[in-house]
Amino acid sequence: MPDPAPALVLRGAGRRYGERAALRDVTLELEAGRTLVVFGPNGAGKTTLLRMLATLLRPHAGEVRVLGRPLPGDGYAVRGRIGFLGHEALLYRELSGRENLRFHAKLHRVAAGRVDEVLDAVGMTARCGDPVAELSRGMVQRLAIARAVLHEPELLLLDEPLANLDPAAAAQVAPLIGVGGAGPSDRRTRVVTSHDPAGGLQGADVALGLKGGRVALLAAATDVEPAQIAELYR
Amino acid sequence: MLTLAFALVFFYAPNDADQGFIFKIFYVHVPLAIVALVGFVVAAVFGALHLRSQESKWDMRSYVTIHISVIFAVGVLVTGSIWARASWGHWFVWDEPMLVSFLIVFLLYATYWPLRFSIEDKEKQSRYASVFAIVAGAFVPLNFAAVRMAESFTHPQTATTTTSAPASVTLTFLVALAGMALLFVTLCKYEMASKHATFRLRALRRRLAGDEDELSMTGRSAAPQL
Amino acid sequence: MMSAVAALLAKELTLELRTRESVPSMVLFSIATYVVFHFGLDRDRVTGDLASGVLWVTLLFSAILGVNRLFVAEYEQGGFDGFLLAPVDRTALLVAKALTLFAFLGIVELVAVPAFALLLLGPPLTQALPQLVLVLALANAGIAVIGTLVAGLAIQTRARDLIVPLIALPLLVPVLLAAARCATPLLSDGGAGALPGNWLAILAIYDLLFALIAYAVFDFLLED
Repeated sequence: MPDPAPALVLRGAGRRYGERAALRDVTLELEAGRTLVVFGPNGAGKTTLLRMLATLLRPHAGEVRVLGRPLPGDGYAVRGRIGFLGHEALLYRELSGRENLRFHAKLHRVAAGRVDEVLDAVGMTARCGDPVAELSRGMVQRLAIARAVLHEPELLLLDEPLANLDPAAAAQVAPLIGVGGAGPSDRRTRVVTSHDPAGGLQGADVALGLKGGRVALLAAATDVEPAQIAELYR
Repeated sequence: MLTLAFALVFFYAPNDADQGFIFKIFYVHVPLAIVALVGFVVAAVFGALHLRSQESKWDMRSYVTIHISVIFAVGVLVTGSIWARASWGHWFVWDEPMLVSFLIVFLLYATYWPLRFSIEDKEKQSRYASVFAIVAGAFVPLNFAAVRMAESFTHPQTATTTTSAPASVTLTFLVALAGMALLFVTLCKYEMASKHATFRLRALRRRLAGDEDELSMTGRSAAPQL
Repeated sequence: MMSAVAALLAKELTLELRTRESVPSMVLFSIATYVVFHFGLDRDRVTGDLASGVLWVTLLFSAILGVNRLFVAEYEQGGFDGFLLAPVDRTALLVAKALTLFAFLGIVELVAVPAFALLLLGPPLTQALPQLVLVLALANAGIAVIGTLVAGLAIQTRARDLIVPLIALPLLVPVLLAAARCATPLLSDGGAGALPGNWLAILAIYDLLFALIAYAVFDFLLED
């Protein structure tokens, strides 16, 4: 059943690193089941925004509500409902893919059978016994995607999810995370960062452009021209 | 106040029967030690307040208190070893609990600055420093208890000296203690004021240069910022 | 909480079995230290307080090696984030890491203590063994708690390898003191003496107090 309250509410949200503001005065709302695509050059604050929504960074200013709960106070209540895919895979290099996922399954109290299910969905069943250190970057990325969706989260936070993936692999994982235009069967809320104007806008409902930690663009995805996004990188 | 205390020490308090004039260092050594000890515990309380409130002023207070306490601890070690040299002929005596404890405590707190300096993120730096202050502050009294239990008391026991001593000794001791505590508080206030001034200056200079957002160009510092 | 601790602990032991990063180096280090003591002290056999001191200094230094490595995998391979994303009480990580260190110390001592008896100790160990195990367990608990706390404090610093011993050694002086006093009568000539109860109590109180402190402050080391 869809949540009637917006999945994400940010009002004047900000985050500093020391004296430098990484994210300033971000205000937006995202309804449950919608997809937000975030564009912006390196250092614009995309990763900071995602980590903040994932409860990994505490906001320094403004109000942040995720799945109806205020952060950082209620972080414990939303933690298990978020799937986070960052730049790092968050997998132990000396453990195999299956061992890593089993470990996360136990932390998230997910049945062990679900591990084989997601391994199959990302096409890693054959290599799931190898240590992560011996896998290619694309394979590690597939395992990381499996990890992020393992506990069937309501909110997916994806930082460049298709990085390092070849087209075939990208097509394979797309239904799991619902990016790249493949119509997702369920309607999960998503926040996806991207550098690719055309691909990023596909399947997105709202587009956010960040520049220097500030909101430079916020509009319905259908109203956004690729040229406006290219402008962000100038 | 401290001048008054020193005047009392030199002209009022009687010389110790066996130790003579050198016993007067007692009026510096013991108050220093007590004030430094209390300082470490107070710094731990400030650290806890910082973790609870996330306000950087508490981190600043904790930092300054530790700074002055460490200086006082060095004073304890110096006066203690002078006393030890005069009484027993050695600069350091292992069966003297005060000296040994303060050596351990000094070694521990000396790591406070390397710890701060090697954490780059300011916020993390102050949070970790507060955790350190709490752990170390709890450790100080425990360490004293353990070391005291381990060593024999060859020292003239301060507890008995003050209770059974003539009123002049007690009075002088108390005045010296109060003087030392005042000195501690004054030094803390002074350092706090100077830190504030430096910070304000840096902020103003940055505004003059017209770049509110840029990182300060004054180099890295392990001191907390407001 | 308990299932999370079990999962973390299982992961920790699997990783150690796979990489063999901590325990073997701790064992080798302690045996090398005995050799160093043999030449440094110029003794073939040690007894009583000297034996107790040599044993505890060696174990303490080898423990520092383990403390240094304790959070490295979490820090370098994203284990902290992975853990923080899970709906799990953060204390679980403290408990699991302290148990891991406790287990590592136990395994190291399984080799290092017999090696000590073989290489340096004068009187036979057999008689005093149960008491020694008790002292080892209490001291290991203290080292595990303080080690976890210090490892957590130092992991974000650039000079981790320097900060860990500088903070841990002073903090562990009371543990060393109490453990060495406890072990002295056990390692004396002419049969094992009785355990000094007051030092055992100090050790237990120290463990308990620092466990409480670690519980209170550990969350703040994980926040970002």
